[in-house]
Amino acid sequence: MTSSATNFINVGERTNVTGSARFKKLIMGDDYDAAIEVARQQVENGAQIIDINMDEGLLDAVVAMETFLKLIAAEPDIARVPIMIDSSKWEVIEAGLRCVAGKAVVNSISMKEGEEPFLESARKVRRYGAAAVVMAFDEVGQADTAARKIEICERAYKLLVADGFPAEDIIFDPNVFAVATGIEEHNNYGVDFIEATREIKKRCPHVKISGGLSNLSFSFRGNEPVRRAMHSVFLYHAIPAGMDMAIVNAGQLDIYDDIDAELREACEDVVLNRRDDATDRLLELAERYKGGGAKAQVKDMSWRELPVRERLSHALVKGIDEFVVDDTEEARQAADKPIHVIEGPLMDGMNVVGDLFGSGKMFLPQVVKSARVMKKAVAHLIPYIEAEKEEGAKAKGKIIMATVKGDVHDIGKNIVGVVLQCNNFEIIDLGVMVPWQDILKAATDNDADIIGLSGLITPSLDEMVTVAEEMQKASMTMPLLIGGATTSKVHTALKIEQAYDGPTLHVLDASRAVGVASALTSDGEGGTTLIEKTRADYEKIRTDRANKGQSKLSPIAEARENAFDADFAAYTPLRPNLVGTKIIDDVTVKMLRSYIDWTPFFRSWELAGNYPAILDDEVVGESATSLFEDAQKMLDRIEAEEWLTPRGVAAFWPVRRDGDDIMVFSDEERTDEVARLAMLRQQMVKREGRANMCLADFISPDADWLGGFAVTSGAGTEEISKRFKADHDDYSDILFKALADRLAEAFAEYLHALTRRELWGYSPDEQLSDEDLIKERYRGIRPAPGYPACPDHTLKPILFDLLDATENTGVTLTESMAMLPASSVSGFYFAHPDSQYFGVARIGRDQLEDYAERRGIAVDEAERWLRPNL
Amino acid sequence: MSVRDEFNALIKERILIKDGPYGTAIQKRRLQEADYRGDTGLTADQKGNNDLLNLTRPDVITDIANEYLDAGVDIFATNTFNATKISQGDYDAQHLVGDINRAAAKLLRDAVDERQEKDGRRRFICGAIGPTNKTLSISPDVNNPGFREVDFDEVKAVYREQIDALVEGGVDAILIETVFDTLNAKAAAMAAMEAGDELGRDLPIMLSMTLTDMAGRNLSGQTVEAFWYSVRHVRPLTIGLNCSFGATELRPHVAALAKIADAPVMVYPNAGLPNEMGEYDEEAETTATLVKAWAEQGYVNALGGCCGTTPEHLAAIAKAVADLPPRKVKSAAAAMRLSGLEPFTVAA
Repeated sequence: MTSSATNFINVGERTNVTGSARFKKLIMGDDYDAAIEVARQQVENGAQIIDINMDEGLLDAVVAMETFLKLIAAEPDIARVPIMIDSSKWEVIEAGLRCVAGKAVVNSISMKEGEEPFLESARKVRRYGAAAVVMAFDEVGQADTAARKIEICERAYKLLVADGFPAEDIIFDPNVFAVATGIEEHNNYGVDFIEATREIKKRCPHVKISGGLSNLSFSFRGNEPVRRAMHSVFLYHAIPAGMDMAIVNAGQLDIYDDIDAELREACEDVVLNRRDDATDRLLELAERYKGGGAKAQVKDMSWRELPVRERLSHALVKGIDEFVVDDTEEARQAADKPIHVIEGPLMDGMNVVGDLFGSGKMFLPQVVKSARVMKKAVAHLIPYIEAEKEEGAKAKGKIIMATVKGDVHDIGKNIVGVVLQCNNFEIIDLGVMVPWQDILKAATDNDADIIGLSGLITPSLDEMVTVAEEMQKASMTMPLLIGGATTSKVHTALKIEQAYDGPTLHVLDASRAVGVASALTSDGEGGTTLIEKTRADYEKIRTDRANKGQSKLSPIAEARENAFDADFAAYTPLRPNLVGTKIIDDVTVKMLRSYIDWTPFFRSWELAGNYPAILDDEVVGESATSLFEDAQKMLDRIEAEEWLTPRGVAAFWPVRRDGDDIMVFSDEERTDEVARLAMLRQQMVKREGRANMCLADFISPDADWLGGFAVTSGAGTEEISKRFKADHDDYSDILFKALADRLAEAFAEYLHALTRRELWGYSPDEQLSDEDLIKERYRGIRPAPGYPACPDHTLKPILFDLLDATENTGVTLTESMAMLPASSVSGFYFAHPDSQYFGVARIGRDQLEDYAERRGIAVDEAERWLRPNL
Repeated sequence: MSVRDEFNALIKERILIKDGPYGTAIQKRRLQEADYRGDTGLTADQKGNNDLLNLTRPDVITDIANEYLDAGVDIFATNTFNATKISQGDYDAQHLVGDINRAAAKLLRDAVDERQEKDGRRRFICGAIGPTNKTLSISPDVNNPGFREVDFDEVKAVYREQIDALVEGGVDAILIETVFDTLNAKAAAMAAMEAGDELGRDLPIMLSMTLTDMAGRNLSGQTVEAFWYSVRHVRPLTIGLNCSFGATELRPHVAALAKIADAPVMVYPNAGLPNEMGEYDEEAETTATLVKAWAEQGYVNALGGCCGTTPEHLAAIAKAVADLPPRKVKSAAAAMRLSGLEPFTVAA
């Protein structure tokens, strides 16, 4: 959009059951957690107000509105912006107003039922301290022509102002209607809105004008490129006329100048009603854009005609590495010095990328692709730069990054590294399993500005505290950034920051890393402000935590009395078809592909949404589709070129339960105990009728069976990964690792299915779709050590011994009990029909001591491993 | 002249002085269970139920009011911070809410009128309304963030009962103070407006927020500016801050409010931060010097004291600012002012 749009207000539209199929599904399915993420994404994408609508016939809209608003109140990231309570029912609006502390906007009231009811609702809106959207709607109906829109709005304005309603709290919605419907009377609706806007602003001082954009392009449903182009063109003309805000999918507006000229003109003809055949022409043109604009553009090679500087910029923004070496060479020959190519066109292009990403107009996969282009260009230039003995380009700052000792996971860290590099930071990546000595040494030797630590498994949290303590001992002062799946603001505040006097900040995801790192390395006050704000924030977390008092725990004896009753009178455990161990070495990537659960794959790229709906998502759909295509292509190669050799092992043993322990025997008479698996029990005080669960509850005290497994898709990953890195191709490297992870999970899913049907055989006739598999609609569970039902990672070596897993699969364990290669999964099989996943959560001192005794380890040893549960 | 006009006229002239706390003053008198309980026949322990003293030891309350009168106070708040059905429920005294509030207002009315007859000086009495210990914006259950112990209409009704009794007892205005949850305050304000509707007259409101962290937010997470935009529709006689911290820590937030509020600003801080024993030991002169600096900066229109301040503190404050001009209240430019936890302004 143009500069006149700088004061334009984006009202996020995705939290609307009438406008978003996805949101509707989440609300109808009672999945409020995911629904809240939709709201969060809107705010993150730049929505300055969020519109919330629960008007759906099958929904109790009052309850849904209240529930959602109350939940949002607990999310400071979302609750910081004003709420627009959107409903056609007054009772829903009022229910919403009763839940909002801030000054909200009611959407909407109108004179539909006459003046008196209109004023009555306006008075109530005022009492609750809200602003109001007033629809151009009167007793006769919705205003369509400019004259009607103006007349109704002016009448409403006079009534409201005379009644004491503040003029500045009135937002008129003069109705955006669909154009290009084929009905001639509709052709002027765009013009009507724009003209009415101009006139209403003149006649009604201080009011705002808003509109719902998606109506405009209603007749092009399913053709996103055309819809977006129409919206951009419409705003381009409506904003200068006085439109202040629109209900839009934040971050989904095309830049007017970037719209394909032919399409732009056709849209303009329609919106401005400039020619009689405008609709037909746009319809015809629209055909070409069906199925996603990205595809239409891929074949467009016209950018190759541009001057080299612009070609480089285009390649960076679009992430095309095909011609970059040639273009870089051309630019180098034209430049005085090779370094100027980096400092000039390449940095300019990356700045565009950084801006687009920062404003939510570009997503991670695209950024990582851009980085690949950049790296290739730089790699081409480096020999020339060195030959001229020039200084390298000055980086914004040096950042040491490492996955801490004992942990092997690095996808997230690599993404953060790439994004930071894109923003002109020098990244010194120490890799995985890095001991604190190496981290400190690298920081000192390189005179680093920041240290960033990453980790995925819970023991890494402790290791991060150790790094912080050692930094403190070494009197370091540089900022310490914490990231990774198990890390959290709370843990950082409670444990890590307390160990280190220097600035310590938790960074939630890659998209925030740039802002944080830039602030910390800038000369201005940004860094100090951020540090102080964070310190205060963490201090508050600590105080809140100290004041909160924790949820009550039952003594372990009582929790045991409230154990889950698996009713072994009614269920006799079935002897597995296979008793003993089976090595699985005949599984191929081809077999595993259909078992892949794609949703977490997208999440690892910070694309929120469930597969397959995410491919059509209005915000990230394009990005997700392109990533998905790349993933499929790489899977084809993994398969054809046999990059990975999946290997697994499964075994089934005679067991019985002894208290909270599961005893494993070598013989079916159960006399020769070969291992004892001590399990942990939930100790939270439970509601009547809810058990304090423990995995041992699913095992019979007399005679039962337990399975175990370990699978990996990882053999061979290192070699392939090195190949990509040598080629400066972080994108492929990260993509590859993410796919290897998914294949390991798919393997575990495959082996579990095989276990149910054949190896154990308790569900021989199971017929499930892939979706059912992913949703785990089957009997039996496969909990893994280190996860919520079985939080102690140190059961892993026992499991590995029982399976002879290292010998049979090649997977080893680090000192923090991470599996190496990282793309590996292991766990136990429980077959009881009532077996289910749960979280042990916090346990008491009594259970900890009891557990240490059962495990035969010192209490402080147990405490170390179970710290997240204490 | 209506109360609103009288008040507005006076606060334009000089910095008005609001009274200090009843809690601190009562504590000093070392009252016993029998003093609290009186002849109410209540069976639960009443020691600490300061609001009940309006009924059982009215002499003590009048005595404290007289001390504040001596100190030169203009704005008096009733001893009814906890006199709601919710808070009195903790003492099993919820059936006495009406009596307590009426008595509190009447005691203060009598004491103030008696003095006014002697010296002819106009003073204002406001009915003090506390936040209760139930919050509309925050779940008490960490595992269930969507849960609430109370709802808006319930809280509004609880406040309405209190407000009606305060009005019957003769207050001039309603002071919604120590607002840690803006939604509770909005419920109280709506109850007051509805009470005014029923009376057929303007029942003015004063609002005072409390901060729970040094970053300047209340418990429900709002900044001072966001809070002001949330309650500005109430057209309060004063908007301000109380309790929270001492004057030293409050200063930046007072400055922030003074910058944006198109209403008189009233602040009554604690006597510093509590010491290790949980006691407030800031000297009267110290507090007075600190708040005088605000007056010199043109931040405030009314000043008073909260936790730990005594009539001595109030006298010192009154003396310190006697010759200083009040803050000039400027009208705000027309703009749409919205808020979530943070303010959002759209210029017209």
